[in-house]
Amino acid sequence: MKKLMFLLRKEFRQIRRNPFMARAIIAVPILQMLLLVPAVTFEMKHIDLAVDDNDHSPSSAELITRLSGSSFFRLVATPDNYSQAEGLLFSGKADMVLIIPDDFSEGMAGATTPRLQVLNDAVNATTAQLSWSYLTSVVRDYNRDVIIDRGAAPSAIPGINVSPRFWYNPTLDYKYYMLPGVLVILITAIGLMMCGLNLVREKETGTIEQINVTPVMKWELIASKVIPFFIIGLLDLALGLTIGWIVFNIPFEGSLLLFFACSAIFLVAVLGMALFFSTLASSQQQFLFVAFFFVMIFILMSGIFTPTESMPLWAQQFNWFNPVAYLMRINRMVMLKGSGFTDISRDMGLLTVLAVAYISIAIRAYRKRA
Amino acid sequence: MKRLMAFIRKEFLHIFRDYRTLIILFGIPAAQILIFGYAVRTDLTNAGIAVLDNAHDEITAELITKLDASEFFDVKYHLDSYNEIDPAFKKGTIKAAIVFPGDFGARLTREGSAAVSIIADGSEANNANLIVGYTTAILNDYSAGLTKQVTSSVPVINAEVRMFFNPNLKSHFMFVPGIITLILILTSALMTSVTIVREKEFGSMEILLVSPLRPWQIIIGKVAPYFFLSLVDVIVILLMAWLVFGLPVQGSVALLIAECMLYILLGLSIGILVSTSANKMENAIFISFIALMLPTLLLSGFIFPIENMPKVYDYVSWFLPPRWFVEIIRSIMIKGTGFVFIWKETMILVIMTLFFMIMSARRFKIRLEEGEK
Repeated sequence: MKKLMFLLRKEFRQIRRNPFMARAIIAVPILQMLLLVPAVTFEMKHIDLAVDDNDHSPSSAELITRLSGSSFFRLVATPDNYSQAEGLLFSGKADMVLIIPDDFSEGMAGATTPRLQVLNDAVNATTAQLSWSYLTSVVRDYNRDVIIDRGAAPSAIPGINVSPRFWYNPTLDYKYYMLPGVLVILITAIGLMMCGLNLVREKETGTIEQINVTPVMKWELIASKVIPFFIIGLLDLALGLTIGWIVFNIPFEGSLLLFFACSAIFLVAVLGMALFFSTLASSQQQFLFVAFFFVMIFILMSGIFTPTESMPLWAQQFNWFNPVAYLMRINRMVMLKGSGFTDISRDMGLLTVLAVAYISIAIRAYRKRA
Repeated sequence: MKRLMAFIRKEFLHIFRDYRTLIILFGIPAAQILIFGYAVRTDLTNAGIAVLDNAHDEITAELITKLDASEFFDVKYHLDSYNEIDPAFKKGTIKAAIVFPGDFGARLTREGSAAVSIIADGSEANNANLIVGYTTAILNDYSAGLTKQVTSSVPVINAEVRMFFNPNLKSHFMFVPGIITLILILTSALMTSVTIVREKEFGSMEILLVSPLRPWQIIIGKVAPYFFLSLVDVIVILLMAWLVFGLPVQGSVALLIAECMLYILLGLSIGILVSTSANKMENAIFISFIALMLPTLLLSGFIFPIENMPKVYDYVSWFLPPRWFVEIIRSIMIKGTGFVFIWKETMILVIMTLFFMIMSARRFKIRLEEGEK
């Protein structure tokens, strides 16, 4: 135990005296929170709409006014013909083009079926779907009002009003959604990269040899390498959370204790990974590559910005072994919804099993020799 | 020239003899293509929802069946009271609850308008947005069907949409250009900066400097393998995109490759510049990650559209190469446009490349002089 204390003192001193490390410990959380949280958003502010009006009638003018009046569409261009309209999509100047044929007002008068044609830039499939559904609902409302104006009974044209409400995040602020996720990335990056690079550096510069010839036991060596980063990880988590609270004013609904407990369990799993990857690498460069490869997969699959339900079964099964996926879920539930221990007990239990498994495998794989 | 060739060969051997480097060079692109192609989707399917049907009439029953039958939703619970919604959200089993008021069917048939409220779990903002969009579409579709039944004399607008560039609305159309950008930054900028700094840190740079090789030859020798491998990576990604998701290059492949070569050059010169300002590998890694990887992921419009971000990010992204490159790749690959549409972006990249080359050439000289002392 005494030996461990000495080793820990050595590690902390090394970290403190390395200006780069000391700075990174403070700078990484600040940078990540300030950069990632506001940037990562799928929120659609507006769609750039172009309208090619061949009809030039009061009806078409009214429809255009309604579209440009909605907060969602921004009228950016009025092309004169189809090829110009297409050109706007190719050059990216418009996201959507509405083409009103020259018989639109005749159609509205009842002579034919009034038609509208929409060209939609679908490179981003999600945006394309949503903007198309917004457009159709504006057109529907317009159509309904025209029909009612002509004296038809409202019951003839039934319409369903959808009133959405967003619980736990009433204004649907994406920062609420991203912050818990960014905190997971933060402690993953700190725990995995810093601890792993530290372990491998001793190997690379040969100082591990000096420790290997001392009577320090394997568990003491591992503990002395892992504990400092466990503490730093939790401190950085607190720092990140404070920034989120001060800068972005994100509420914290649940129990702080539960939140930190889950993150601590997660950190054990991450440090286990760091230890394991360090056995695979003999240089910091190699470690970085291996770690980056796996972390990238873990984070992308975790549901940080995509729904995990839409993933195929094999990908969902993969997430059984993905600690990031558990903490991503837990953090959002605890921070934003105020879920309690009973709500997350299953995820927390599985995460614990995973953490124990990861760290045990890593300790077994670690060899106290050059 | 012969010396240079020998040196380049040595560098290649360095790379090929370390499987971990090869993981980065070929494992990452392959894994990303597979993840983005098969696993990660930005749309929502099978989202668990609950319904609270206070009306219990034929119309609500039909609507609930419709919602459940759609690929988007999976109706998990039929709730009896409003108070059951919160616990279900807290357990995380549902993403939204759809509440039909007691007089829903009656009002819809009698007055022609009825209200539904969707209570979505805002903690997952993106899903919440999609759920509202999907539900609205399903309900509108239903009420449009009713309109046709009751009215035949009044005009009903028939709007048709043509989804350009991506008719089947696949999300990987968005991702593949981003993956190319990310991989190229990784293989060109990150890898070169790290290998050069590694030689410095271990002092083997000294050995190279006292060798008969000229400084520029050392740089070329260090950089050439990564130029070549980056290019191989581009081809691998394009082939995978084509074979795995059937995403062909719509425009000219030659133009695409040429633009990629320009971007690789840009990445390499950034890598050299980073290596001149970092003495330790961890610093080089840190700089590369903060200054290269993060902006590539965030500010290129690869996953998150830039136009939705706070304005500041938009302005910052003007100074970042990935933003322009993603635009170029997307234009050529997906829209199939020619050089006329992207010459502006290309010019910006050319200027940036020249800038970084000059900067790194100047700074590298200083370093070498110091080393020779």
